[in-house]
Amino acid sequence: MFATTQSISQVTSWLHPEQGLFLLIHLLGLVCFAYIVTRRLVPLVRAERDLRFDKPLARLGKICQFWLGQWKHPRYRTAGVLHILIFTGFLLLAMRAFTVLIVGVSENFVMPGLKGETGHVYEVMTDYAATVVFLCMVFAITRRLAFRPVRYEVPAKFGRAHKADAIFLLSLIAILMLADSLFEAARAVGQIPAGHGVQFSAAFSLPWLLKIALASTPLPALGRLYFAAYLLHEVVFYFLLCYRPFGIQFHVETSLFNIYFSKLDKGMLKPVKWGVSEEHLNQVKSFGVKTFSDFTWKHMLDFYSCADCGRCSDNCPANAAGRPLSPRFFTTKARDYAFHHYPMFGHAGNGQPLIGSIYSGDEIWSCTTCGACEQECPLLIEYIDKVVDLRRGLVDEGNVPQSLQKPLKALESRGNPYGKMEKKRVDWIQAKDFQQVCRVKTLDNNHAAKTLYFVDSITSYDPRMQSIGRATAKILNHLGENFGILGAAERDSGHEVRRFGEELLFMALRDKNVDAIKASGVETIVTADPHAYNALKHDYQDVPPVEHISQVLARAVKLGKIKFNPAEDENTYTYHDPCYLGRHNQVYDDPRNVLDAIPGLKRVEMKRSRDRSFCCGGGGLMLFYEPKEEERMGVKRIRMAAEAGANVIVTACPFCMANLEDAIKVAGLEGNMRAIDLAELVEQKLACENSTGKTAGAPEIHQECVPGR
Amino acid sequence: MEILVCAKRVPDTSENEIQLNAAGRDIERDELVYSINEADNYAVEEALEIAARVGGSVTVVTVGSEEDEEILRREMAMGANHGVLISDEAFTGSDGRGIATILKAFVHKGTYDLILTGVQAEAGAGEVGGMLAAMLEYPFASLVNSIEVLEGRRLKISREIEGGNREVGEIDLPCVLSIQTGINEPRYVGMRGIRAVASVPVPTYRASDLGLEANAVGAAAAKVKRLDYFVPTHGKGAEILAGSREENIEKLLDLVAANGGLQ
Repeated sequence: MFATTQSISQVTSWLHPEQGLFLLIHLLGLVCFAYIVTRRLVPLVRAERDLRFDKPLARLGKICQFWLGQWKHPRYRTAGVLHILIFTGFLLLAMRAFTVLIVGVSENFVMPGLKGETGHVYEVMTDYAATVVFLCMVFAITRRLAFRPVRYEVPAKFGRAHKADAIFLLSLIAILMLADSLFEAARAVGQIPAGHGVQFSAAFSLPWLLKIALASTPLPALGRLYFAAYLLHEVVFYFLLCYRPFGIQFHVETSLFNIYFSKLDKGMLKPVKWGVSEEHLNQVKSFGVKTFSDFTWKHMLDFYSCADCGRCSDNCPANAAGRPLSPRFFTTKARDYAFHHYPMFGHAGNGQPLIGSIYSGDEIWSCTTCGACEQECPLLIEYIDKVVDLRRGLVDEGNVPQSLQKPLKALESRGNPYGKMEKKRVDWIQAKDFQQVCRVKTLDNNHAAKTLYFVDSITSYDPRMQSIGRATAKILNHLGENFGILGAAERDSGHEVRRFGEELLFMALRDKNVDAIKASGVETIVTADPHAYNALKHDYQDVPPVEHISQVLARAVKLGKIKFNPAEDENTYTYHDPCYLGRHNQVYDDPRNVLDAIPGLKRVEMKRSRDRSFCCGGGGLMLFYEPKEEERMGVKRIRMAAEAGANVIVTACPFCMANLEDAIKVAGLEGNMRAIDLAELVEQKLACENSTGKTAGAPEIHQECVPGR
Repeated sequence: MEILVCAKRVPDTSENEIQLNAAGRDIERDELVYSINEADNYAVEEALEIAARVGGSVTVVTVGSEEDEEILRREMAMGANHGVLISDEAFTGSDGRGIATILKAFVHKGTYDLILTGVQAEAGAGEVGGMLAAMLEYPFASLVNSIEVLEGRRLKISREIEGGNREVGEIDLPCVLSIQTGINEPRYVGMRGIRAVASVPVPTYRASDLGLEANAVGAAAAKVKRLDYFVPTHGKGAEILAGSREENIEKLLDLVAANGGLQ
């Protein structure tokens, strides 16, 4: 079927006789893809609402940063660079792919705008893009086979390994690049008039190499090669298009949407039901996620979009501690469920409870909501909202671990998880030696203040943490803040109550606190508890602005309002970022700046710090939960501190303190490692000579400054 | 199966600091928070699980005052079909036998196949279940820590005996069982569940509704009277082991073994 005469017109009609075949493949491919995607959309259409159609500009910003800009990828150097190369290659090749597909039915088609010189430049770019993508595939396959990064492994309990599938898909992309290059090379060589030598452009690219290799190929053979390359390209292209929605490469299609619709207010927790106000919550028949269709459509899109890269689980402290939770498999299990229960043919089979089928209760209670997984995910997949929604479902069914029932009941009746009496909330300010140096007002009708120190339960009641409260009060005192506490009127902030799925109990606690805060007439709130900080900042509405004590301190340092005595010790300090101060609220520098303002203090960083900080084991109700685990998160964290060469670990959260001090004992490092709260450390180092004016606005406060607790 | 669970509202020991009042005749009750007696909660959970397995309904009854209705609502939020409050001025001052008499009268108002009580109340003597069984002339088993429903109106039960061992037996229905904690894992009752049953009516039975004579119950009929409450005086302080961690572990093990704690 191929002519022997050497002419351009002949070359450009090599595909012509088979236009019908190509058209058929096109139509078949597109119809299949449309059908598959429609079936994949079925569960999303039946899913719960999710209001994500607002703020288009902010969402486009997300697209620019996280999709086009591939922002998270370089966090894993090798894989990240590889992905950026492949992604850029795909973007460049997208238009070429369309052109090539159209060429099958209209052989002389040239994409508008890509004629002449522009077209030539684009061709050179795509030649290199195809080469780079091809080489990346070879590298990726080699990496999978020879280097086997640990985070891709699939433990037996989570099902079969995905390696074969990954290599299969990588190979297909490599073949696609090869076919495309071969097609272009054959075409280019075929277009050379007989006897002419030609300089090929895009030196050392894959098409360039193939052009040189094919330069002396007889025209009929070239024609057959041209045809075969085109057919291969078309078949592989459509196969990939229709195969991707069945596995990890579906993200090629879904990522754009997943990132556009990603969560904008990170600190906010998903409401029980989108579009249902709190007053109407009692009309909601079922709370939380119990079956698959209780997830929102965006959460289902998350499941589809997971690329199975394993970065989430690589950073998940629960996974590291050997708890039965791995965010990666949390997602892939849900995706497999969706694929299985919403099949390509036949009826959807949703309805079976997720707990007991794909998830276990222990798995869902294992999450500390530290946010490490979400911080890492290049596709901005959400985990905390899903875990909280599943917990809401568990709470609604009464399926709550016994270890959590007592504290929840105590929170309901006493406003704190310990079941201690309300009036004992002020015990910490009544210690004699403390009262001598620092009097703390309890705000009521007769006592007003500008600033509220929100103490929260653990600092109020736990004898060890009361020291953090006293240190915080002394610092505020030193800074001349006119402050007070709510005392018996304060309730637990409810931060973990909400994150453990007891929404109505959280609302009751919050309402009591909001009433008390409003009645106190304060203008600002300070807390030393990042969980309370996060609750007051994100979960409460209509309360005065809130700051963590580290922010107050950092400002005072900057303004020169506070001076420290030199740290005359041989200790090496390291700062542990509490999740709800760092990752959830991006307060990373303030505590560090405060530490660095202490003259002579030697500070080192742990490998996992700032937004990669490793959770201590979780706060609030998590302290009561008895997880199934191999090693405590706190013990792992203490080892990281030791590895960094530190012997004092500074944190800024009473829950971190509880976990880290326990961990030091469990790890047998007593005497070698010490944990201290930032407020405690600062209070010990306060320089008295600069404390003039510290009592402004709080005349009843004692003038003397006694460092130490 | 129609199941009746007898429950009691008690000061929650985990959420209160129990102190004697000035007279030394009772505890200081002003700032106490109350909840259902823990063992009774296990009994309700067990009843719900049995009803879920073999069908039937669960009724929770308590003898007390209007304030005690809160525990009935909590158990209804757990899933109990009915809550019944038995309350009358005439019941004030009843001893265990008096309470059993009242419950017996209530049992005769219905048809119950199985009656469960907690093994004992936190402020009680563990006496009502056994007395109720005797008055009804029903068989009774105490400290029950598993129940299996058999054919022919019989139950296979196990009882906790000395040293954590179990005694397994059969018992005919109708019967009274006192339920040991740990028999199951009681479900959680959230705020939402409690609100959902907030407006469900809870009937109140008075002495006259149960056909009880005033002289059969209350303080007048009580044959057991509380004379005094006292707090034990502090004994000798705890022994603090001095030494290295390893030595202390050794000593501690020896001490525990010497006092029969290790076998």
